[in-house]
Amino acid sequence: MLVIIDYGVGNLGSIANMLKKIGAPATISADPELVARADKLILPGVGAFDNGMRNLHERRLVDVLNQRVLRDGVPILGLCIGLQLFAQRSEEGQLPGLGWLDAEVMRFKFTEQPAPLKIPHMGWNIVTPCQPHPLVTDWPPDSRFYFVHSYHLVCHQASDVLAQAHYGYPLPAMVAHGNILGAQFHPEKSHQFGMRLFRNFVERV
Amino acid sequence: MFRPRVIPCLLLKNKGLVKTRQFKDPIYLGDPINVVKIFNDKEVDELVFLDILATVEKRRPPFELLSKIASECFMPLGYGGGIRDLADIQTLLGLGIEKVIINSFAFEQPTFVQAAATQFGSQSIVVAIDVRRDFLGRYQVYTNGGRVAASKSPIQWAQEMEKCGAGELLLTAIERDGMMNGYDLNLIKQVASAVGVPVVACGGAGSVSHLAQAVREGGASAAAAGSLFVFQGPHRAVLITYPSAADLHQAFA
Repeated sequence: MLVIIDYGVGNLGSIANMLKKIGAPATISADPELVARADKLILPGVGAFDNGMRNLHERRLVDVLNQRVLRDGVPILGLCIGLQLFAQRSEEGQLPGLGWLDAEVMRFKFTEQPAPLKIPHMGWNIVTPCQPHPLVTDWPPDSRFYFVHSYHLVCHQASDVLAQAHYGYPLPAMVAHGNILGAQFHPEKSHQFGMRLFRNFVERV
Repeated sequence: MFRPRVIPCLLLKNKGLVKTRQFKDPIYLGDPINVVKIFNDKEVDELVFLDILATVEKRRPPFELLSKIASECFMPLGYGGGIRDLADIQTLLGLGIEKVIINSFAFEQPTFVQAAATQFGSQSIVVAIDVRRDFLGRYQVYTNGGRVAASKSPIQWAQEMEKCGAGELLLTAIERDGMMNGYDLNLIKQVASAVGVPVVACGGAGSVSHLAQAVREGGASAAAAGSLFVFQGPHRAVLITYPSAADLHQAFA
């Protein structure tokens, strides 16, 4: 059973719509017991880092997520803020993250002044894999995805970076650390490219 | 490569899609679901829907229609028209519409934008600013579908709305709407340079090069258009089109 974790910060309707379109049954739930029984998880998210962590704690989801992801090795796909919560900490907030990745979250910083690009990074961008992985199977070179973010991951282990995008400088667009997977962009809003990613997650991971 | 967004902006009136000229004389284009399916197949960057009568008729957003649209669309979606309630925003986001567009009610109750941005995040809250020049040639903001003068300059209003937490501004030059003679670059430049948030330019696009102009010369972050994507030829025959990814890439290169 694939569970989309409903912790009050995501555009869950869009993810459910796309999974339905590709024929992948999924359950939207905030119930820790259901999360404990899931064999695949999606942690969506929009909004602020601390708000995301606070909501996970309030819904008593942190312990069960740690167990399922760290102990049982259940594949989890974090999207946007969902991915950022996997990090140790974020410049955006005070609360510690889930700490599953040796990574932190930083705001976009451009050295040139005036800044050459607007923040947030909002729009479509090409995502290029840096290594082979089931999640990026059958990946056309022009694969583009919809991004909206002002903060991005900085991975301290280069091998965790699965794919990159370029906005002023290269940034991790996707990460893979064992069963811990994530995308900074919104596959649920990215046409056939997002469908491919979800299909790979459902069928190949 | 990052490419600025190109956004079809579609107008809803009594459940049908229409296109106006200078906010007047709506021409019926067709059934919104059919049109949306075509735009989805063409893999457009983003879609914006504006219900042009919701505020005037004091109606709430057409949730049922929007729910159908959202389940057919796999790109970012924005909706505007008749939004004056946080619960309605929650409903829209739940359907899969990730940007809600507020216009007239931002004037009636500026704290509403602030409350919405606090609760749902700035990335979900877009403020639409419709602008027309007065008889002295000064830009003025209008609400209620261009019917009511708000006695504000677009720069001042844009900055106020940015302060309230608007994550994006949809800036429309009423005089250019449906005219296909190019964007009001001067207006775009003034507003885009006065705020830090992305400005989506709307009104006047008649060609792909106009779209690129709005970004390159106007400083807009994205270009929206109606007529360009729904009409073909001098007699304005209805034909849903969208430039290919390669053409857009070239235009913005």
